Amino acid sequence: MITSPLLRALRTGVKSLLLHKLRSLLTTLGVLFGTGSVIAMLAIGEGASQEAQEQIRLLGSQNVILRSIKPQDDPNQGNQTSRVARYGLTDGDLARFEETFPGVESIVPIREIAKEVRFEDRLLHPRVLAVTPNYVQATGRLLWEGRFLTPEDDRTLQNVCVLGTEVARALFPFESALEKRVKIGSDYFTVVGTLAPRVRLGEDRAQPGTEITGEVFIPFGTARKWYGKMQVKMRSGSRDMEEVDLHEVILTVSHPENVRMVADGAREMLGRFHEKKQDYEVVVPLELLARAEETKRIFNIVLGSIAGISLLVGGIGIMNVMLATVTERTREIGIRRALGAKRRHIVTQFLVETICLSVGGGLFGVALGIAIPWGVERYADMKTVVTPEAPILAFGISAGVGIIFGLYPAWRAATMDPVEALRHE
Amino acid sequence: MGDESSVWGDGASAVAELSEVRRIYRMGSEEVHALDGVSFTIQRGEYWSVMGASGSGKSTLLNVLGCLDRPTSGVYRLAGEDVNRLDDDALSEVRSRNLGFIFQSYNLIPQLDVLENIMVPLFYQEEPPEDGEERARSLAERMGLEDRLGHRPLELSGGQQQRVAIARALVNDPELILADEATGNLDSQTAEEILNLFDELWREGKTLVFVTHEPHVAERASHVLRMRDGRVHEVTTTHRERGGTV
Repeated sequence: MITSPLLRALRTGVKSLLLHKLRSLLTTLGVLFGTGSVIAMLAIGEGASQEAQEQIRLLGSQNVILRSIKPQDDPNQGNQTSRVARYGLTDGDLARFEETFPGVESIVPIREIAKEVRFEDRLLHPRVLAVTPNYVQATGRLLWEGRFLTPEDDRTLQNVCVLGTEVARALFPFESALEKRVKIGSDYFTVVGTLAPRVRLGEDRAQPGTEITGEVFIPFGTARKWYGKMQVKMRSGSRDMEEVDLHEVILTVSHPENVRMVADGAREMLGRFHEKKQDYEVVVPLELLARAEETKRIFNIVLGSIAGISLLVGGIGIMNVMLATVTERTREIGIRRALGAKRRHIVTQFLVETICLSVGGGLFGVALGIAIPWGVERYADMKTVVTPEAPILAFGISAGVGIIFGLYPAWRAATMDPVEALRHE
Repeated sequence: MGDESSVWGDGASAVAELSEVRRIYRMGSEEVHALDGVSFTIQRGEYWSVMGASGSGKSTLLNVLGCLDRPTSGVYRLAGEDVNRLDDDALSEVRSRNLGFIFQSYNLIPQLDVLENIMVPLFYQEEPPEDGEERARSLAERMGLEDRLGHRPLELSGGQQQRVAIARALVNDPELILADEATGNLDSQTAEEILNLFDELWREGKTLVFVTHEPHVAERASHVLRMRDGRVHEVTTTHRERGGTV
């Protein structure tokens, strides 16, 4: 039965802890929740950040996106004669970008056309986007079937369209959309292709009862010809008319390091030509990405400190119980010392017990820390990511807490006077 | 042999030699001379009993003999080794190798079973013997505990617990066995059994020191040391031989 001293210390330690099962259990709870919350918080933070980064990446990290926004209603303009709201990016802006901007690889003008889309008796209200053929390259979208719009389509003003996944699925659930003729507004367009979904299959759940949004792409030139610039919106008896040249312009920059330069240039140029009203915005996914990284960093620091404090509290709880244990077992310490235990034996014995407590708490904490993100993902519909480092980190910290907070009680036990300790009742 | 100085024996077979041992405690501004110049020698194979009123210094004497406490001054040699020169680790090693303790309240470790309790002193030796477990088992058998090996101390009677403690005191084959009122908590019949066991150990050649209050217990030893005010009041020999009774 004389095995290695450490193994024996471990066995003795576990035995001592099992003598007070409830106390040991309660003591480990602090570390358990500390470790669990470290892992869970890191997982939720990581999930949120990955989701944000994913969304930003969908916008294209090398893109600078210019968007028209409707300015706040100007009361002076609200008279009867001028019901047409004119705002947003203009063809002139587009021309200036095309002419003067260095470092821009491609420019995609986008118009949004407020028309419904039909096929037989199915009616949808997707976003109908008039784009140039380079849209797919700029946004990194992938084709599912057929082809995308071509320069030829644009030049010859063909009535062709490409459907986004959702629209293709809604209009043609059981057949291929290719070569079908769908009605956009009052004109027929032939489907030449469909796009692959933006997100992995199975995750783009269409909630029953809600209207399916989605996208339909038509050639930019064709749209100009058929629908003009005027948009008419029927609204509770009155008609609102808007005139917008371009709803969005995507500038694709040749090198990521030029993104900032192009963005600044775009802001400056637009600022000069849109002095009167702020009717545009410049969205830079790369900047958003940087901001998201920063947010994640702050999030991690805040969550990390909270979790760290809870681990600290857990550690103090362990120390408290171990100090009580040492006092309670003063006599045992005296006996062991009388029978020949050296100071290091006593230190080892109590340190092993503390480490057992904290490591035990740490192990269950890891389980809890993996279970919580799982539950959150399942019931709160939030993405969570348990990185492999998180449990290792949390477990390491909890073991460290055990050693640090176990040292003092163990030292107290070891430095007791054996004679005094033996006399202790 | 009424005079302590006459007890000096030849160094070869001396187990414990005390010479002018003092142990002074400081209590606030007062100095307490728990031991005030104690000298005597215990030869191998002797059976000493120590008597004295409480406060006479017999507990301190036992602590010094057991290397739990160090003399403030004077020399204590255990098996030829000057205890005062040893550091804490070395003193612990001496306790685990050369000493066996038997306490009034048994002092077994509650969370360990009987066999483990017997083996505790071996755990702490720098080089534990290979045959430790066999030794512990045969001692347990001798103490009549062979069917109690897996029990916890609290599941045993007082007499059984003290037998475990005696087995524990013997497991390291010590130079000196120290018993502190080892029968104080036992009924007279069990106490008699334990005392017979001590006789038996003595007959086998063990060296024992036995602290007691009771004169009739003390009379069973070969030497009776009476303490008074931290000094050796007298040492008497009972002329009791190892072989039998007086």
